[in-house]
Amino acid sequence: MISYAECSARERLALLLDPGSFHEWLPPAQRITSPHLAQLGVPSAFDDGVAIGRATLDGHKVFVAAQEGEFMGGGVGEVHGAKLVGLLQRALRDRPAAVLLLAESGGVRLHEANAGLIAVSEVMRALLDVRTAGIPVIVLIGGANGCFGGMGIVARCADFIVMSDVGRLAMSGPEVIEASHGVEEFDSRDRALVWRTTGGKHRWLIGDCDALVEDEVADFRAAAIAALGKNKPLTLAALEQEHRLLARRLQALPAQDAEGDDATLLWRALGVDGAQQVPELPVEAVRAMRAD
Amino acid sequence: MSDVPAGLETLDFSFSGGRPAGRFAPVLVGVVGSGNLEVMLEPADSHDCTVRVETSARGFGPIWQAVMDDFHARHPLAGVRVSINDMGATPAVVSLRLDQAVAEIAGGQP
Repeated sequence: MISYAECSARERLALLLDPGSFHEWLPPAQRITSPHLAQLGVPSAFDDGVAIGRATLDGHKVFVAAQEGEFMGGGVGEVHGAKLVGLLQRALRDRPAAVLLLAESGGVRLHEANAGLIAVSEVMRALLDVRTAGIPVIVLIGGANGCFGGMGIVARCADFIVMSDVGRLAMSGPEVIEASHGVEEFDSRDRALVWRTTGGKHRWLIGDCDALVEDEVADFRAAAIAALGKNKPLTLAALEQEHRLLARRLQALPAQDAEGDDATLLWRALGVDGAQQVPELPVEAVRAMRAD
Repeated sequence: MSDVPAGLETLDFSFSGGRPAGRFAPVLVGVVGSGNLEVMLEPADSHDCTVRVETSARGFGPIWQAVMDDFHARHPLAGVRVSINDMGATPAVVSLRLDQAVAEIAGGQP
């Protein structure tokens, strides 16, 4: 049993893919580092916080990127983003069975501001190009830093999302919400609240992720293998279906003066029996609770 | 306010008289995070072991010298380029990362 959350990005690559199959592009020894950080007195990383390359997964040729959450919170800077874009564009040419994104990121690296924002938008465009070409993009979320900001949007642009219960996925992070709307709106130190509103169980129950797994590298590997070939068509009909789902969720949101916790009320409104127990239940039990 | 200027400090060290490490694939261990560092070892054509440190914690040159002297005493390497990006790791953490990197050359798993 190896915790996915506790692994570094490179450990995840070594353990999740077929043993020894990962071939890295722009490896650390090439020193493709951030042009911005040193000017701000911040040390660079030799891989700018992301490792990209090709590998095999259960014998299938895949492209893969792994973000390192411990380096600048996995923030997407100019080089980091360019590596992701390059990987996706190369997938258009070489047509792997899938592109795996081992996402762990707070979003745009604020030190690189505009360059990071542009990089994230380029990642989204490249990801959608890959999907249009019929190559599935699979996002795995289970790192301690979660998947937030621009990377949260990138994740939701993908075909398939695998999350663990300790994984988190959202747009604005807890501290950002508290800073902008006050502690009465959202107490970022309330861990139970944070996980009820961004955690893997919540994302599973409301349909924002496609597989919910335990915090185990082997479970992530199995879920990634199962996701191979699970393309979702990128069509107008699929988008309209998504809009209907979001409209339904909006209607299901509890009224301002409703008694009780928002997340629990939403789960109940979406047809989850025993919503109250969700935070205490094991992953396997929660998996069976989704009202499809 | 401290009189230590802001920004990164670059430190270079070189050691001679070690044993040739031979050819090996570059090794990277650790992560550039608070109180942590990354260490990369690469083969070099020189007969020395050269070390370059980029650190956000300025003013600790003598301590780095002592840590690297100690490393060279434990692992007298030649033909190796050591590159470090540091974010305020303590001497003990630096020494452990260096040992980990050397172990990886010898075929250890991450």
